Amino acid sequence: MEELLCILREIHPDVDFETCESLIDDQILDSIDIVTLVAEISDAFDVEVPPEALVPENFNSAKALWEMIQRLDEA
Amino acid sequence: MQRNVLEYLEATAPRLPDKIAFHNGTEGLTFGQVSRAAQGIGTFLAQRGLKREPVVVFMEKHPKSVAAFFGVAYSGCFYVPIDEEMPLYRVELIFQTLHPRAVLCDDRTKQSVEDLGYTGGLYHYEEAAACEPDQSVLGRIRAEQLDTDPLYIVFTSGSTGVPKGVVACHRSVIDYIEQLSQTLGFSQETIFGNQTPLYFDACLKELYPTLKFGATTYLIPKSLFLFPLQLVDYLNEHRINTVCWVVSALTMISGLGALKKKVPQYLHTIAFGSEVFPIRQFNLWREALPDAKFTNLYGPTEATGMSCFYHVDREFGPEEMIPIGGPFPNTGILLLTEDDRLVEPGEVGEICIRGTCLTMGYYRMPEKTAECFVQNPLNSAYPELIYRTGDLGRYNDRGELLFVSRKDYQIKHMGHRIELQEIEAAASTHQSVAAACAVFDREKDRITLFFTGEVQPGELTAFLKSRLPRYMIPNRMERLEQLPLTPNGKIDRKALANGQIPAGV
Repeated sequence: MEELLCILREIHPDVDFETCESLIDDQILDSIDIVTLVAEISDAFDVEVPPEALVPENFNSAKALWEMIQRLDEA
Repeated sequence: MQRNVLEYLEATAPRLPDKIAFHNGTEGLTFGQVSRAAQGIGTFLAQRGLKREPVVVFMEKHPKSVAAFFGVAYSGCFYVPIDEEMPLYRVELIFQTLHPRAVLCDDRTKQSVEDLGYTGGLYHYEEAAACEPDQSVLGRIRAEQLDTDPLYIVFTSGSTGVPKGVVACHRSVIDYIEQLSQTLGFSQETIFGNQTPLYFDACLKELYPTLKFGATTYLIPKSLFLFPLQLVDYLNEHRINTVCWVVSALTMISGLGALKKKVPQYLHTIAFGSEVFPIRQFNLWREALPDAKFTNLYGPTEATGMSCFYHVDREFGPEEMIPIGGPFPNTGILLLTEDDRLVEPGEVGEICIRGTCLTMGYYRMPEKTAECFVQNPLNSAYPELIYRTGDLGRYNDRGELLFVSRKDYQIKHMGHRIELQEIEAAASTHQSVAAACAVFDREKDRITLFFTGEVQPGELTAFLKSRLPRYMIPNRMERLEQLPLTPNGKIDRKALANGQIPAGV
């Protein structure tokens, strides 16, 4: 989780990712952020993020992202 | 001879009054409704004494904001679209240049305009659109109007930190729409999926051909451009067959693997531009849609939309670059060397443009205008302006024009044109920033801001978000002890761009 938070803070150093639960709904993440995140997550956690996983629910918070990574890791 | 873009609407609205012209997936306006609203707004503005002056359209992206553009044109004024998400600081800079006497707003933006302390006429779209059209007033305005009168002003990044307003007239837009429509084969059957914001000239490609042919444009919600499969579903649901998108919107779909799962099955015409299309991504699109027509477009805002096109007619290898081809009919391209002569075969030169497509220059910026819109140096016989793009190009062996690079620090990031110095200028206004240098990585499409001073990256990012549009916010912030310098004592941009970075703080 800490590694994921580091990746997120690199992208938006001004956002509190530990508490924010509306990264998509409040338009904090934009399309280049999604592309960057998918690439960095794939590298850092050695998972493949399929297009089906790219839905707002998986990207609204660091917690949701972390849960997605764990699901992908188990698959 | 057509003199006004509204003649497109006036020919189509009586023919197809009930057909949807503009829609966003939830709400739409028919040609009849667009026509009625635009004439109402035109009458409303004329009754308030506005004439041949800028009228700001500060509304969310919606079919109604498009109708507002045409309404401003009916009044004989020129529309200035403002991004509802733009930081107020920047809106204020634009207002200082414009001194607008009228602003059209909606429920979402009304408060923002009031927060600016704006004291001119602030009018709600619904109130203006509901005004009863007065045909005698509208007829009189039209009779007096020239095709060289301005239609719109769009603001683009300025290197000093002040955005520049590019003024375009009816004649240039009509010329562009006629040439573009023929080149891309638009018709009444065309269903556009608009991606680009309404506050740039990029959206001309959809708005005016829709009026000309009685086509339909879907204004695709921005949020869909984060999630590729949802976006493809939207394209299929609305049977969208034509897109003119920035490259990064197309590569978002292909790069995240969506084309392997779902294909936009109605798409047959794909125009792209503003950036270099990585061939690997481009080939994914071609494999997914082997029968579609792909066209590369190139052109600066200062020459009204696009100036050059290239229909992709052959295979490209991973190291090759898709050409920008050649100019539209009635547009001229000159490749000029530094000493203002035409290039020799294979030689690199600055891309310069001549023709009806040339806009009128920058609003209330005569010096800036005179710098870029200059007498054709090859013609000493009579006045003839060309626009110097600052883009460097060369011809390949096939005689096709290729984009090479920029002369200055202007970049294309996510399809947006940005002066890196504008980001630096904004950062430098923070009281604790000593020096700042913005660097662009074209491969990764990423802006990094290197800075020195007693401020944390998070605080500086938050500060920049209050001053710059979202697309100008650096993707990475790096605080350094000091910035590397060249032997002349200037900040060494090349060293930073090449990763020769001194230790961080």
